Amino acid sequence: MDEIALRVNGEDRTARADAGAPLIHVLRNLLDLKATRYGCGQEQCGACMVLLDGKPTFSCTFPAAEAVGREVETAEALVSHPLREAFLELQAGQCGYCLSGILMSAKGLLDRTADPAREEIVAALDPHLCRCGAHERIIGAVALAAARLRGAAA
Amino acid sequence: MIPNALPLSLQDNPRLDQWVAFPAPGRVSVRTGKVELGQGVLTALLQIAAEELDVAPERIDLTSGDTASTPNEGFTAGSLSIQVGGAALRLVTAELRALMLEQAARQLQCDVSRLAVADGAILKEGVPSGLDYWRLAPALDLSQAATGAAPVKAPGQLRLVGQDLPRTDLPAKLGGAPFIQDLAPPDLLHARVLHRPRRGARLEAVDEAGAARLGAVTFHRSGDVVAVIGEDEAEVQAAFTRLRDRARWSGGVELKETDAEAVTLLDRPTAPPRVVERGAPSGAPVVRRLEATYSKPYIAHGSIAPSCGLAKFEEGRLTVWTHAQGVFALRGSIARALGLDPALVHVIHHQGAGCYGHNGADDAAFDAAFVALARPGRTVRVLWTREDELGVAPFGAAMVVKLAAGLDASGRPVDWNIDVFSPSHGGRPGMNGAVNLLTPLSLATPPDDPAPMDLPDAAGGGASRNAFLLYDLPHQKMVHHFITDAPVRTSSMRGLGAFANVFALESFLDEAAEAAGLDPVAYRLSLMSDPRARAVIEEAARMCHWDMSPPDGIARGFAFSRYKNSAAYLALAVELSVEEEVRVSRVWCAVDGGLIVNPDGARNQIEGGVIQALSWTLKEQVRFSEGAVSSSTWETYPILRFSEVPRIETQLIGDPAHPPLGIGEVSQGPTAAAVANGVAAALGARLRHLPLTRERIMAALLEA
Ligand code: FES
Ligand code: FES
Repeated sequence: MDEIALRVNGEDRTARADAGAPLIHVLRNLLDLKATRYGCGQEQCGACMVLLDGKPTFSCTFPAAEAVGREVETAEALVSHPLREAFLELQAGQCGYCLSGILMSAKGLLDRTADPAREEIVAALDPHLCRCGAHERIIGAVALAAARLRGAAA
Repeated sequence: MIPNALPLSLQDNPRLDQWVAFPAPGRVSVRTGKVELGQGVLTALLQIAAEELDVAPERIDLTSGDTASTPNEGFTAGSLSIQVGGAALRLVTAELRALMLEQAARQLQCDVSRLAVADGAILKEGVPSGLDYWRLAPALDLSQAATGAAPVKAPGQLRLVGQDLPRTDLPAKLGGAPFIQDLAPPDLLHARVLHRPRRGARLEAVDEAGAARLGAVTFHRSGDVVAVIGEDEAEVQAAFTRLRDRARWSGGVELKETDAEAVTLLDRPTAPPRVVERGAPSGAPVVRRLEATYSKPYIAHGSIAPSCGLAKFEEGRLTVWTHAQGVFALRGSIARALGLDPALVHVIHHQGAGCYGHNGADDAAFDAAFVALARPGRTVRVLWTREDELGVAPFGAAMVVKLAAGLDASGRPVDWNIDVFSPSHGGRPGMNGAVNLLTPLSLATPPDDPAPMDLPDAAGGGASRNAFLLYDLPHQKMVHHFITDAPVRTSSMRGLGAFANVFALESFLDEAAEAAGLDPVAYRLSLMSDPRARAVIEEAARMCHWDMSPPDGIARGFAFSRYKNSAAYLALAVELSVEEEVRVSRVWCAVDGGLIVNPDGARNQIEGGVIQALSWTLKEQVRFSEGAVSSSTWETYPILRFSEVPRIETQLIGDPAHPPLGIGEVSQGPTAAAVANGVAAALGARLRHLPLTRERIMAALLEA
């Protein structure tokens, strides 16, 4: 076991884990940040997506030790983000299990691109699976959040 | 009202206090046996109760799916939650409101007609009377049986029902920890359970010592079942992966690659064919006979979360947390498989990721119970792997549907014959008197389960679901060939037989229209007298501008169905193009579900159903190789992605004066048929076997 010091959602956190343990394990089990979801453990569904220095990263396989010294963002950080508001407003989701990961990829996109075209939103979300078929509302919610953010910036 | 006209949920749970209580001033406790599967049902049930009670929804605490406290409403399945469970709750809450008003009238010594309810308070001539539900409740005997006689609100009186109340569960799903996978009591112990790769396989060798080198874990073994148990989930997972990857198995049912093709069902033994006939051939001369064979393969549920179960065994009592669809049936099966008294087993529903039928939830709950018995006093959490979720959970049954019809000179069917070949759609816990759980079959003493059966027609049918058409045909004959020995475990998946049957029937109807030289929509209308069916067909045709030809390179397809011939009506049109693959760009749905409790939620369900069915139609097939399921990752079992979903428009055109009809499974079958009909229009060749893959399209083009 190693002491792993992380910066998560702007706070310094430490946990004791094997150096090779995946980041999702540290987040969910050791830091009690459970909004990051486990879906496949194989980089194939996107449920576990977090932002690492702003870049969408599959936390199910990413070694926690390699996240040391980098900025980790999880869905817990979006409590009052326009993205979450937009998802609620459009009721973008059914079971909601896919949404945490999708929110993170969407945030990654909106942090880089103020006015994403539909194709850019779709491309950013394509690593994510949604079995309930809430895709269209999700795309709409990301576009709505982008518009709100632009409005706030203007 | 005669008692047997009461909804089944109310016949089975007649007492008012099984449904509603007034535990503290200002609070109403409502209990339902139906559970949240991601479909938004709890929000809709809350609306119904708040509406008829005339209380704010915020006052209601809803408990669902708990063997110790909620009514037993069977399984949350078959699009019956609102149609039956909601109807029961509506009658109960309407009756409670009436009883409260009668009691208030007695105490205030006035006529009931002078009283009204506002958020649980009794108004007399519009002024607060000082009485409210909570003051009145002690005077009422809530243990009495509901009569179902109190009138429910008329459409014009509804304030909450029919409104888009936002989903009550969604906020926690955006950044919170609402799922069963998130439960982590302080005494948590993690476990993984090894499942055999094939039915009947025996565990020859397993390297526990090697696995134990990867973390602080212990093992629990019975028969061919091994559990890996430990405090740290990452260590348990690592040890389990090594154990699984090196385990040696022998024997069992070797799956052949060709077993994955539905048409090989025709070579399998069947039970004696079951014939159901309606009407008789019209006697008109047959000028043309049509015949065709359609199929759909085994399909995986593919929930985005792997199944999860938690269990704790303490002082002889077992508590189980599950995301299964029927807590009471699961309690019975767990108790039987473990030799426990059901009265000592308490099963509690906790929501998981989207559930589309009988998936691995029940099995994962059993796995947790199995380990909990070996580690008393600790809460054991079992999480399945992705491979388990796609590989050993029950599959939606493969089906072959053969159709044959004689047409008269005007193209009208004279006789109509459907032969359905399918293994069971009804392998849920408790069904057919069987335990029907995965892991018990590998225990040292497996339960003595009877051979599988299909869901009876009276319960909506399995393979026979929607085998009969709603159109005005003089004659329909169904022959059900039940496959007795499917190579894999099959059970209920969204729509059951309706998906394959509607795909086949509504494809064949287009073939008949073509043979008669008639437009598919006009042909359907010429065979349909049900006004509600005609209305959705006409509306969907209007929405997609059926009367105008589509743009170049685009083809349209159309289909109609009334789910189970008793739930909601839906007509659907698609617009698509075919190059090497099918690309569906637009979908239009017209739906009559009668009174819709939450229109936005209904649209979400219908449109989600379309997308899921598109995925089944275009991509999905369980595959076998080297004797086992080989499609057990998202790479080998691909589903529709963001870049592949169409735009969907939905019109809800039902009359709110009609009672609510189930809408949760109405869009699957018509989606497949409309796509197949569009593909036939685009290619000039018909594809009759799902999924409509690139290989099948290329083959059809070569033949055409
Ligand atoms: S859990 Fe990480 S991609 Fe599926
Ligand atoms: S909302 Fe259920 S998986 Fe996306």
